[in-house]
Formats: sequence, structure tokens, C-alpha cells
Amino acid sequence: MMSTAHVLLGVLAAQGVSHGYELKHEHDRRLLGVRPLAFGQLYTTLARMLRDGYIVEAAHQRVGGPDRVAYRLTPEGMTALDGWLSRAVPPAVHVSGELFVKVIVALLATPDEVTARSYLAAQRAAHLARMRELTAVKTGGSASVTELAAADYLLNHLDADLRWMATTLDRIGQLRSEVRS
Amino acid sequence: MSAPILHAEHMEKWYGPTAALRDVSVSIDKGEIVAVTGPSGCGKSTLLHCLSGILAPQRGSVRFQGREIGTAGEAERSRLRRTVFGVLFQFGQVVPELTGIENVTLPLQLGGLGYRDAAVRARALLDRLGVGDLAGKRPGEMSGGQQQRVALARALVTEPQVLFADEPTGALDSLAGEQVMVELVRLAREHGTTVLVVTHNAQVAAYADREITMRDGRVDSDGRSDNYGRDNSSDGRGDGDHRVVLRGEVR
Ligand SMILES: Nc1ncnc2c1ncn2[C@@H]1O[C@H](COP(=O)(O)OP(=O)(O)O)[C@@H](O)[C@H]1O
Ligand SMILES: [Mg+2]
Repeated sequence: MMSTAHVLLGVLAAQGVSHGYELKHEHDRRLLGVRPLAFGQLYTTLARMLRDGYIVEAAHQRVGGPDRVAYRLTPEGMTALDGWLSRAVPPAVHVSGELFVKVIVALLATPDEVTARSYLAAQRAAHLARMRELTAVKTGGSASVTELAAADYLLNHLDADLRWMATTLDRIGQLRSEVRS
Repeated sequence: MSAPILHAEHMEKWYGPTAALRDVSVSIDKGEIVAVTGPSGCGKSTLLHCLSGILAPQRGSVRFQGREIGTAGEAERSRLRRTVFGVLFQFGQVVPELTGIENVTLPLQLGGLGYRDAAVRARALLDRLGVGDLAGKRPGEMSGGQQQRVALARALVTEPQVLFADEPTGALDSLAGEQVMVELVRLAREHGTTVLVVTHNAQVAAYADREITMRDGRVDSDGRSDNYGRDNSSDGRGDGDHRVVLRGEVR
């Protein structure tokens, strides 16, 4: 699982010294397509990073309102970032996708294949509609390279799901017999 | 609603004992970009060949702008292919002995235009497709993606009303395929060209406004009767978060 702490370490490494709001802003701006960081998560993560010695307070700034604390990476923080960046993400051991689970449960809990089939048809339509939206980014002409990369990431995963759904539909009868045996 | 630009009803096409199309009806509006998908051997290419006048179905009708072309003679179908239809295949579209620009001027010259005028138009299109600097090169000196962009220029230089593309990115790596599809769609939208693209690749089909899926020589589903299309922005999606990526990009 990607941890927000590691991402923030990376953003801070790029920024040098930076306070919380700036870190959030950079995070959201650089990682287009990733869920924007919520303030609650930002501050709990920063607190944990401080506790673990990955960052230290570099300065207090008072700009009218409340104190703003600026942070700096420590050598331990740099080591943690390097370690994270060089480690391969372990490929999934379990099937975590809801699609697979839904198909099996549909075959298990209903008397025939109808529910599973109509679920797969609905899922396919939703995937195709989303793929069309993402593809419009490519033909729109104003997308940044980061947006193209984000769109491609999503498109390829949706495409993989579609191929899995097609194969599963082709063997749905056999699958049902086994699930209900 | 205006009349469809292409309208085929109850087409049947046999190759000897093999039925490739069994009672296929499709209707395509002007300016629509339609993808035809389905497993290998389901009849996609045969459908494209029948709609573009390359083949005549044994039964049923094919009308282009209301005129019957399914039963028209080979001469008439060949005239349509030269003047109002453009075709793009997976490969083998460019003449290896000719340079990039000569490949693109060829259809204009066949239509009676002089080389100088043809070359001006060809060059503008090659520039547009990012292969202008290859105008003087032969296909053998180009990558697959560059050759396919020359082939696309060749298919579009006559400003056809309908572009038929059969697996146009099938021989390309994904980035080269994307470049071809992006330009194909942009040019088609600019000129109001109707496009029929055959593909087994969902990512290529996603460039289209509408998808027709085939199975065993029949139309399995047609996006025209389902409710997806160009302006259909949202339904059936639970998690809206990802859309943030593309805020302002998606119509
Ligand atoms: N020239 C041909 N002669 C005999 N059979 C053919 C010919 N072209 C296609 N077929 C058969 O017709 C069916 C549909 O082929 P095709 O339209 O090429 O399918 P697709 O493009 O979807 O792969 C297949 O069973 C194929 O083997
Ligand atoms: Mg084919």
C-alpha cells in the first residue's frame, strides 16, 4: 500500500522547506489523478513523520492568522524515501477487485446465471463509458503529459477488467456449476 | 433527425458454406464515429467490406446517402471508393516504391488533379500528422507508426465522406497507435467525416461515439439503441473521484 507519508517525504525533498498547506498543494498539483489530500490526513501524517524523526520543524511563520510550521527532511527521512522508491511494490496475493467477488456471489446466491450476466453487462457499459471519457482527454488536445499518463493508467486497468469480464462470460456456465456444487 | 449516411438492412454474406454476415442491419449518421468490435472471425471485416463497397452482400441492401450500392456494379462501387470513401487497413497501405508525399498525392492525381496542387495538399496533411519531414522518404525508411500516418493522410487527402478503418493500429505499439487514433479522430471531427473503425481493442473502440459489437456474424449489441453517446456524461459510475484528473477536459 502506498503510504501518504512516503509521498509527502518526496514532495518535501523537492521543496526543501515547506509548510503543510504548501505540501498539500504540491501533492495535489504534481499527482494529478491521485485523490487530493484531505487536511485531516495531511496533519495526522505530518505528526507521525515528526514523531518518527523523518522531518523536523524548520521555522515558524506567522502570517496574520495562526502559526504556520515549516518542515524539513532529516537524513532518516531521506533514507526512508530512498528505501521506498527502490522497493518493488509486491504484486497482489489476493484478488481484491469487487468485480470478481460480485460475479461469484451472484452465481452463489441467485438461482441462475441471469444476475451475474446482467451485472457483467452493466459493469461493461460503465467501464466503456468511463473509457470514452478518459479517451476524450487524449483527443481534446489540452491535456498535460501527466494527465495523459494518469488517463492511460486508468484506461489500461479498465481494459484489463474488460478482458477478464469477456473471458468470464465465455465460461460462466462452467463457473456456475462449480460455484453451486 | 436527418437520414443516415449509411444504412444497411438484412445483409447476408457467405464465403462458400461459411456465413460471415447473417441478417445484419446497421445505420450510421453523418459525422458519427462508430467502432465495430467482437471476437476474431465474427464478421467485422466483412461488414466493413460490404459497407464500403469492396464486397457485395448476397442478400440485403446497403444504401449510401439513400442510394443503393449493395447491388451496384463493380465500376460504380469502385468509383465510390475512389471519391467519397477512404480506407485504412492494418498495414500494406503505402506503396513501397513511392515517397511519403507521392503516396499521398496518388489518389488526388487519380482524381485528375495535377501533381503540384496535389503536393500542396498532401504536404499540409503530412505536416498536420507530424510526418511532413518524411515527405521525401520511402516507407522502408519509416517506422510502422510513421507509415500508418502516411496511410492515414492518403486515406483522408481526398476528404472522403466516410473513412473505413480496419484494425488501423493493430500492427503498432501502443504509443504509435494512440498518435494515429488521436489524429484520425481530430481530423474526422474537424471535417465532419463519418468513421467506421473495426477493432478488437477496447481502447481503440473508446475513441468512438458508439460501439457495435458482433458475434457469429450477427450484431450482438448496438450503442445506438443503448443510451451511450457523445453527450452522455455520467451514469452507472459509483466513484466520481477519478474524474478530478480530467476536470475541464471531459465534455
Ligand atoms: N475470403 C474469405 N474466404 C472464406 N472465408 C472467409 C473469407 N473472409 C472471411 N472468411 C470467414 O468469414 C468469417 C468472418 O470473417 P471476418 O469478417 O474476417 O471476421 P473478423 O474481421 O471479425 O475477424 C470467418 O469465419 C472467416 O473465416
Ligand atoms: Mg478482420
